[in-house]
Amino acid sequence: MRLNLRIWRQDGPNDKGKLIGYRVDDADEDMSFLELLDVLNEKLILDGDEPVAFDHDCREGICGACSMVINGQPHGPQKATTTCQLHLRHFHDGETITIEPFRAGAFPVVRDLVVDRGAFDRIIASGGYISAPTGAAPDAHAVPVPKPQADRAFTAAACIGCGACVAACPNGSASLFLGAKITHLGELPQGQPERDSRVVRMVQAHDDEGFGGCTNTGECAVACPKEIPLDVISQLNRDYLHATTTRR
Amino acid sequence: MTYTDFTIGAPIADTAAPEGPIETRWERRRFGVKLVNPANKRKMKIIVVGTGLAGGSAAASLAELGYQVSSFCYQDSPRRAHSIAAQGGINAAKNYRNDGDSVHRLFYDTVKGGDFRSRESNVHRLAEISLQIIDQCVAQGVPFAREYGGLLDNRSFGGAQVSRTFYAKGQTGQQLLLGAYQALERQIDAGGVTMYSRHEMLELIIVDGRARGIVARDLVTGETTSHLADAVVLASGGYGNVFYLSTNAKGCNVTAGWRAHRKGALFANPCYTQIHPTCIPVSGDHQSKLTLMSESLRNDGRVWVPQKGGDTRAPGDIPEAERDYFLERQYPAFGNLVPRDIASRAAKNVCDAGRGVGPTGLGVYLDFADAIARLGRPAVAAKYGNLFQMYQRITGEDPYSVPMRIFPAVHYTMGGLWVDYDLQSTIPGLFVVGEANFSDHGANRLGASALMQGLADGYFVLPNTIGDYLAGSRLTPVAHDAPAVVAAEADVAQRVETLLSIDGNRTVDSFHRELGHLMWDHCGMERTDAGLRKALDRIPELRHEFWSSVKVPGSAATLNQSLEKAGRVADFLELAELMCLDALHRTESCGGHFRAESQTDDGEAARDDDHFSYVAAWGYAGEGNAPVLHKEDLQFTYVHPSQRSYK
Repeated sequence: MRLNLRIWRQDGPNDKGKLIGYRVDDADEDMSFLELLDVLNEKLILDGDEPVAFDHDCREGICGACSMVINGQPHGPQKATTTCQLHLRHFHDGETITIEPFRAGAFPVVRDLVVDRGAFDRIIASGGYISAPTGAAPDAHAVPVPKPQADRAFTAAACIGCGACVAACPNGSASLFLGAKITHLGELPQGQPERDSRVVRMVQAHDDEGFGGCTNTGECAVACPKEIPLDVISQLNRDYLHATTTRR
Repeated sequence: MTYTDFTIGAPIADTAAPEGPIETRWERRRFGVKLVNPANKRKMKIIVVGTGLAGGSAAASLAELGYQVSSFCYQDSPRRAHSIAAQGGINAAKNYRNDGDSVHRLFYDTVKGGDFRSRESNVHRLAEISLQIIDQCVAQGVPFAREYGGLLDNRSFGGAQVSRTFYAKGQTGQQLLLGAYQALERQIDAGGVTMYSRHEMLELIIVDGRARGIVARDLVTGETTSHLADAVVLASGGYGNVFYLSTNAKGCNVTAGWRAHRKGALFANPCYTQIHPTCIPVSGDHQSKLTLMSESLRNDGRVWVPQKGGDTRAPGDIPEAERDYFLERQYPAFGNLVPRDIASRAAKNVCDAGRGVGPTGLGVYLDFADAIARLGRPAVAAKYGNLFQMYQRITGEDPYSVPMRIFPAVHYTMGGLWVDYDLQSTIPGLFVVGEANFSDHGANRLGASALMQGLADGYFVLPNTIGDYLAGSRLTPVAHDAPAVVAAEADVAQRVETLLSIDGNRTVDSFHRELGHLMWDHCGMERTDAGLRKALDRIPELRHEFWSSVKVPGSAATLNQSLEKAGRVADFLELAELMCLDALHRTESCGGHFRAESQTDDGEAARDDDHFSYVAAWGYAGEGNAPVLHKEDLQFTYVHPSQRSYK
């Protein structure tokens, strides 16, 4: 199949950047979307042009590295699918596809489709953990965890930290990412001692990084390739309210 | 400058492991190590390269002890290391099922599973520590699967007849890695760890015979800088990407380990690679990587091919009587749960016999029809839903109604840098943890053992043993302008410049693909003397072509992904030759290393314990010179070597 691509090219953070058109004549419907870019890049290199820079690594939907907006949607048109697992059978011959980086104030562009998502690491560093130094653990069966809570914790913990939620949000908010970690750790008995301080510190870090506030548009949960449910944001708000209004 | 010969060097031995009863060796070693007092720890600096299960857990644990840690990863975040993709689970001898498991049984299974090519001391320690790992991870909030009573669930896994595998759906690696990553981020926030993301180690710095630092390239600015320390820990993963197509992430590479090897670290058993039986088959020439379907699927899926070759009927139209459930037929005791090396080779054999399925004929069915009939679709979906979804996304087929097609693919490398019981390489001060070392899996790794080893090394072994080196060495500070540092920086700059200046007519990927084909054909699931010699003729030629005609666009002073790849492929082109040489010299079959010349009457791997019961630790002798083979004899006191049988 033949595809026309409009790809965001930007030399560095200070370059203005623009969309440039390319054509790939020998695409195949069994190719993954990133393999399409591989094919394009091989051609660009041999033609003496600079290949398109894009983040990718595991190519099986779990590392969270790939980060592009395809035809206006983070990770493209297929539900619950990262860009690396999106295949060309979802596009048609002759189609024009626009490819841009995840855009948000807190995700500056590094080059082409590569953005800096270091803010996510700093949010986790601010409190997204349970303090359990190596060696200090009781037997794993010492504290049973009711299955519904364990399952909800797992569902929230499935977040891959890709940032699609931020790219999809009109406010550039990372509330879904934040809520996912708050819910994961807050559901577990092991997460209780730090529950209040965690949410206060993480919300502060989120705001300091320049992410916007949540206005419940729900775009994040639609874009999320791991289908993190929107109610983790309700949980975040509930925990935050509890932590900031309860007298200790 | 082809070479297929080598010289034999002095034997090597692991002198760090205590003698005496195996059950107390680790305890005695921990008591034997010198301790560093807490005030001194704060003054000592340790570099950790890689942030997967081994590197992430090591960096966090070392910082908790008070050391100053610098952590490096090539990804944009330490959370993206490829441990994240491990699906199935992690073994631990908890015996929560009351099904006869014990530390000794896990030890026994792992030594046997490794086809008697691993060290008893190391494996026993691994089995002991497995208990603590689960406790540690639960305390961190890893959401393992649980039962309705709130206790942890277990499942069985390839190569074991007990249920000792702890899991979090098909995302166990992700959840364990996030636990280690969160512990690491906590230390970053506390100032114990300085994190260098998007940094790649390109050289090891050795001063007075000791590892004292690394040269790393900032992948965004292109700047190369030396980082100095009291000890260096490599946690840089495996080298499966030498095959181009593998289940590894695209960035996985051997560069850190290979650079250390060139500086004197012995490389052990490079030919031991694991071919995983259940991956999605290749669909075309554009393919950039292979996707694993967790081994746990073999708990409920049945593997079969049509009895007759060339049967092109849809799988549903082939009656039961005309199907060959070949694993159940050949290995009635273990059935579909035989270890990975056995399942892979069996699949290869039926495909070689012309009975493979799918458009390429390189595939076998993994069928869930019986499980769906027995358990119901919702129960199957609850267990494997995410894997089924992944399969459907990639192939466009629905595994609830059509059997999956699977084929073996390169997955893990048991070989790696040689380390002693303390996980120290042959370069003092250079420690190697996780998949990057060779230590625990012998010639074949059992399912759910990689996560166990990575976390054992990083959380519990290294933090205990590295102090012995630090306390026992009087290290003086190294200046940034010391000759060894300046020389290492200059080597890196020279290499980068050369790669950019060749400006030939072939891309890095085209070389990598060709190397991958060569390795898969001749150093893959089945190896022969003639095939390996063919590869050994071709690899040096290919390396020469690479250095004369590769085209790497762009500059060194920006994010340049082609340049990153070029450096990695250049190292793979050297490693590949050592792998083939190791495979050629080991004329026996063992575990994942199957030499066609060495098989039993019924086609199973035939070991040759009289001649090959040793670790092959290879020394680098300079470019164009024959490598030096150092043998470490393997002693089996507790598990008597026998022909592995899963029948």
